Amino acid sequence: MDLYEYQGKQLFARFGIPVSDGVLAATPQEARQAAEQLGGPVVVKAQVLVGGRGKAGGIKLAGSPAEAEAHAGSILGMDIRGHAVRKVWIEQASDIAREYYFSITFDRGAKQALLMLTTEGGVDIEQVAADTPEKLARLHVDPLAGFQPFHARRLSFGAGIPAEEQKQVAQIMEKAYRAFVETDAMLVEINPLIVTPDGIVRALDAKYTVDDNALFRHPDIAAMRDVEAADPQEQMARERGVNYVKLDGDIGILGNGAGLVMSTLDVVALAGGRPANFLDVGGGAQADEIVTAMEVLLSDDKVRAVLFNVFGGITRCDEVAKGVLAALERLRVDVPLVVRLDGTNDIEGRQLLADAAPPNVHVEKTMLDAAARVVELSGKAA
Amino acid sequence: MAVIVTERTRLVVQGITGREGSFHALRNRDYGTDVVAGVTPGKGGQDVGGVPVFDTVAEAVTERGANTAMVFVPPRFAADAIYEAVDAGIETIVCITEGIPAHEMLRIYNYIRPRGVTLLGPNCPGALSPGIANVGIIPAQVFAKGRIGLVSRSGTLTYQIGKELADSELGNSTIVGIGGDPVVGSSFIDVLERFEADPDTDLVVMVGEIGGDEEEKAGAFISEHMQTPVVAYIAGFQAPPGKTMGHAGAIISGSSGTAHGKKEALEARGIRVGSSPTEAARLAVEAVGAG
Repeated sequence: MDLYEYQGKQLFARFGIPVSDGVLAATPQEARQAAEQLGGPVVVKAQVLVGGRGKAGGIKLAGSPAEAEAHAGSILGMDIRGHAVRKVWIEQASDIAREYYFSITFDRGAKQALLMLTTEGGVDIEQVAADTPEKLARLHVDPLAGFQPFHARRLSFGAGIPAEEQKQVAQIMEKAYRAFVETDAMLVEINPLIVTPDGIVRALDAKYTVDDNALFRHPDIAAMRDVEAADPQEQMARERGVNYVKLDGDIGILGNGAGLVMSTLDVVALAGGRPANFLDVGGGAQADEIVTAMEVLLSDDKVRAVLFNVFGGITRCDEVAKGVLAALERLRVDVPLVVRLDGTNDIEGRQLLADAAPPNVHVEKTMLDAAARVVELSGKAA
Repeated sequence: MAVIVTERTRLVVQGITGREGSFHALRNRDYGTDVVAGVTPGKGGQDVGGVPVFDTVAEAVTERGANTAMVFVPPRFAADAIYEAVDAGIETIVCITEGIPAHEMLRIYNYIRPRGVTLLGPNCPGALSPGIANVGIIPAQVFAKGRIGLVSRSGTLTYQIGKELADSELGNSTIVGIGGDPVVGSSFIDVLERFEADPDTDLVVMVGEIGGDEEEKAGAFISEHMQTPVVAYIAGFQAPPGKTMGHAGAIISGSSGTAHGKKEALEARGIRVGSSPTEAARLAVEAVGAG
């Protein structure tokens, strides 16, 4: 789960990483009040879960509360790379002498946390890594040993952090590592990590991602999820416990098992179709789960045809066929449905569907035939 | 001979008194696996379908000589269960549980590697050596006994390919599910190494998906260290970046971990990659025929 900048900064503050004071605002009036409350010049920052805010005009300096209100008026409602701005973060403006970069990523390849520090902050870090790799200090931390003072020394000396700032930077890195581990983060990124003219080091931005599988032990972070910003189908799926990802095509796809469903999307695309979604009904799906899954899938009105791809292992195809029939009884399904059943009890499953012979349901035996069929039917429906 | 799950396997099932745990423990036993014990703390002395239940894994090892553990406990207790199995001297741990926090797995991974313990999963279907033993939830009836090794991050997708191989009258030496999480105990390379050493495996089918770079690393390993031919399949060409596609580990981060990148990396090493499960099975049939 990705967090907004202001949420990341709330976590930073909890772990003692210095951040600027700020207030969240959802309207220009609130932005004005926030600026009055903070006093002095402020920065109005769009809160979106996508990079490139600054270039898109989503970050503006305001010298007065009236100006903060005006900027908030133009930023709120803005579309930044497909993300609507619904909230702005009003923060005390900072004087900046230098901009650094620090991040901790979950390096799944190395099976360790990867820490990166550079004095070339405020820019795209991949660019720094490509152009001037010698300026990027990188270090892995063994999760069993944890962050040690020598890690801070190697990173600071490696990146060329001035001696007078090393202590502050070391403390920020140590606290960020603690936040990374204790909040089950997959990413903690501070870009820029600024140095003010009077030598104070502070996090000016926050990029924070928390492991979905660990949210059960962080109810406070789980509650930070912005349900209004989510795609309506994805939100519906989450509420009903359905494993769903929205895509932009018109062929609805569901199946059992993540790998098989991903493969089904690919096979449909190879057959010339465009998948509308990923949906995994999971193992041993019963009628109720299939009905719920179909409801989520069909709530996307772009869907013109549906492919249900099942490989029966422990899941028996005759049970799945019963589920499909129940779904057809309980839901209004106006689009053609291609059902492919293979594996355990597939003959019985196909027979059940053939006997019931519901209209607009097409039964196939192989994945490739089913993909070709659903692409053909989606074309006819269009 | 098979790999990981063999004639030597003496299985203890952690979480045997749960609904899933008991179902699969007995199913594995009915297949012929030597299921010697179960563990549920506080239920020692009971039995599940005749399989004795102990309070601790250590007792299952001393009393019944268990050397392999299958973990079927909920995510919040699974890390503890894995550490307990390691502590008891278990050699091979198969963790079926889905939803273990990634940081837990990071610690477990770094803890078990120097100890020489083999861990499959988490979030995996287990391993099946047809005709010998089944540890996990893989439906044995889909697969035939034979000489093709199968290693995969996915469950049903693997069954699909196994079925297509069986339809072509080819069977498997061992089917190994390594799991769909970002950090799993055994990588493709760990399993490929075992297939390479297995005299009963003539060819390996490797089934990968988006996320991470284990397929790319495997490509280098195959071309540098393997005599046994390998064909591959990669799922997730249609997956958008930044979205978790069902498996916690199936996510494209920025530009890394894409299906295209993996396919190109494998093909650059001379490894053939099927465009569908059907084509991957066909490539395997061709490769066996040619060899």
